[in-house]
Amino acid sequence: MSEHHGEFDSVTGRHTTGHEWDGIKELNTPLPRWWVICFYLTIVWSIGYWIVYPAWPLISSNTTGLFGYSTRANVAVELANLEKIRGDKMAALGAASLADIENDPALLALARAKGKTVFGDNCAPCHGSGAAGAKGYPNLNDDDWLWGGTLEQIMQTIQYGARSGHAKSHEGQMLAFGRDGVLKGDEIVTVANYVRSLSGLSTRKGYDAAKGEKIFADNCVACHGDGGKGNQELGAPNLTDKIWLYGADEATLIETITNGRAGVMPAWEGRLDPATIKAMAVYVHSLGGGK
Amino acid sequence: MLSGGVFFQRESAMPQPSISKTMTTGESGLALIFAVTAFLCLIASAKAVDAPFAFHAGLSAAASLAAMFFIVNRYYDRPAALPPAEINGRPNYNMGPIKFTAVMAMVWGIAGFLVGLIIASQLAWPALNFDLQWIQFGRLRPLHTSAVIFAFGGNVLIATSFYVVQKSCRARLAGDLAPWFVVLGYNYFILIAGTGYLLGVTQSKEYAEPEWYADLWLTIVWVTYLLVFLGTILKRREPHIFVANWFYLAFIVTIAVLHLGNNPALPVSFFGSKSYIAWGGIQDAMFQWWYGHNAVGFFLTAGFLAIMYYFIPKRAERPVYSYRLSIIHFWALIFLYIWAGPHHLHYTALPDWTQTLGMTFSIMLWMPSWGGMINGLMTLSGAWDKLRTDPVLRMLVVSVAFYGMSTFEGPMMSIKVVNSLSHYTDWTIGHVHSGALGWVGFVSFGALYCLVPWVWNRKGLYSLKLVNWHFWIATLGIVLYISAMWVSGILQGLMWRAYTSLGFLEYSFIETVEAMHPFYVIRAAGGALFLIGALIMAYNLWMTVRVGEQEVQMPAALQPAE
Repeated sequence: MSEHHGEFDSVTGRHTTGHEWDGIKELNTPLPRWWVICFYLTIVWSIGYWIVYPAWPLISSNTTGLFGYSTRANVAVELANLEKIRGDKMAALGAASLADIENDPALLALARAKGKTVFGDNCAPCHGSGAAGAKGYPNLNDDDWLWGGTLEQIMQTIQYGARSGHAKSHEGQMLAFGRDGVLKGDEIVTVANYVRSLSGLSTRKGYDAAKGEKIFADNCVACHGDGGKGNQELGAPNLTDKIWLYGADEATLIETITNGRAGVMPAWEGRLDPATIKAMAVYVHSLGGGK
Repeated sequence: MLSGGVFFQRESAMPQPSISKTMTTGESGLALIFAVTAFLCLIASAKAVDAPFAFHAGLSAAASLAAMFFIVNRYYDRPAALPPAEINGRPNYNMGPIKFTAVMAMVWGIAGFLVGLIIASQLAWPALNFDLQWIQFGRLRPLHTSAVIFAFGGNVLIATSFYVVQKSCRARLAGDLAPWFVVLGYNYFILIAGTGYLLGVTQSKEYAEPEWYADLWLTIVWVTYLLVFLGTILKRREPHIFVANWFYLAFIVTIAVLHLGNNPALPVSFFGSKSYIAWGGIQDAMFQWWYGHNAVGFFLTAGFLAIMYYFIPKRAERPVYSYRLSIIHFWALIFLYIWAGPHHLHYTALPDWTQTLGMTFSIMLWMPSWGGMINGLMTLSGAWDKLRTDPVLRMLVVSVAFYGMSTFEGPMMSIKVVNSLSHYTDWTIGHVHSGALGWVGFVSFGALYCLVPWVWNRKGLYSLKLVNWHFWIATLGIVLYISAMWVSGILQGLMWRAYTSLGFLEYSFIETVEAMHPFYVIRAAGGALFLIGALIMAYNLWMTVRVGEQEVQMPAALQPAE
């Protein structure tokens, strides 16, 4: 600048513009060169990008770029690639019977891998990502099964669920003996202690074992069987194996006997395709407790 | 604390000209309008089809009555003549509305940071929502974002803009009741919006959640804000318009346009809270992110750059680095920002060409954004030593550094390949908070630390040592917050896209959620530190007003010429 309206600033060696607001002045510093260059570079780069990729709207279409780039087409390509990786194996999995899968190591590995993925997104919220279960949600790693632990039984449970509302669902529930007035308070305490004694747990002082056995025989044996060994037809748990769905402390048992239990396993038929359900059954069966 | 005496300057010392006292048209007109509004709101409340609307209409009836009484009462209290624009040739600045918004900024800021801490904790420990619908994440999240952006940020912007425009124009704020209408009306909008969120009233548009009736009210308030600001600029006693005022004006005008563009809605009933947006499908998404991104660009960037342009030179007592850069980067910024919204919709149903434009305009925006950073930082030339002794200036300068960092990160994240990893992850949250806590938060804190002693006529702050504590605690909080979210976000993005050799997803969604947990805990800790810093600040400002040493108060007429 040949003429300077402002005053000289000795720190920067520049002049001010001569404007002043509330004591604030402005230096007349030129634009930093590197800033201008970078700004132009981003503009040049953007123009280049517009030439290569779809960029500007026209009257009824848009510029398509040099190579006809399209995210929609790319998704189709990526899906096709995925199909290639998975190969025809997924089709084979759909066609194979559970027994075929068990006998074909390659198919078995595929079913387990698929099953693990599907398990994580559908089953893990209740059963846990390691399938270890939680209170009211069975552990799938052990060999204690409410509705049976063979491949076919597991698949049936996944397919139709338990108390799910599906026509083929597992039914049967723990009745509310206290709430429905079938057993009185002291009887519930007694039978709860009897149930604890079945798996060798300690019992409350002064508890009447003979009375407990009688109450159990009159009310519980019908479902839980003689000696409380359980019945997978009815989903009645084995009470002698020290594995508890809701808990074995006296208070929890009293709660269970008083109000009953009717946990729901949803039916997955219709939500997941048959091959996926098959893969999931194979995966769950392989977790350690499959029969 | 909010009694009138804190905010109003009594004009009792002035000579009283013997004119008969009459209500101005503004006073009588506005009082009448509020009386009618109170009546209409009462009817709306009685005929309401849902409980939240009945509550809001009832509240509005009460607020309208209060406004009417405020106007009439103020009329009886004031001298016959309105406060003059000048006293003996010196501007008679209007500080009341500035004091009010400065206080509200601190109140809403602490509320907003607290709600942020609560929802951050809920993400780490979900049981903290106590199964109560009013404090679910879904309702508290908009409460947090609105409280920090619009309530805290908005009050800071109104307070500083009303201050800066008066001082840099050497003119009293335009209007008599209008500035009070703006500050009270704006905070009433916040109240309606916030209580609405808790009661489940939302139009489900991010950063534009308030329903149709709150939107209408905000429109009236915002247009008045524009008129007050423009009116003051038109009355100015300076030949040129100061750069901060360009940015404030861009902010006010563009927010009005964005608000109108994004919110056209048809209420299901004029006596109910629910409405439906006029736009549909991808057009709605496009409008939403045109709005959303420019709320960042014009509310959180342009407005706060205005703060930077006034408060940094003022505090550093140095001239603005480059007048030419301020012109070029201002026009480049506002021209380019408005097109960048589509980068929020990469890899969606939005057409490829629109995504390309959104991305390239974001890249071109990089240097215009940095122009502001250069001007802010380089203004310190010759005053860098002050950073050692003045924690307020340090806060302002660090805010500009965070601004530079987030405006580099933003364009980078808009690049499609980067976005394919970062989108929908915590990286976005980290990016937003480096801008929100580091830039907007710190520049606001710095401005309030300057502003409070100035408008309350104090010699200085109660304690610079406490500012120093605030600075370090909050900085540590920000570092914890953003580094946790970077790691968490990138980890999350990588886990989502990992495939096994058989072509299945490596991780289930729930496994990615489990992996986030430690970072959510760190983030909550960072947020807690930031909140503690703000509490220290509130105490410091409170003590400044209460016990701070009075600046020798010269009558306006005796102030030295500048």
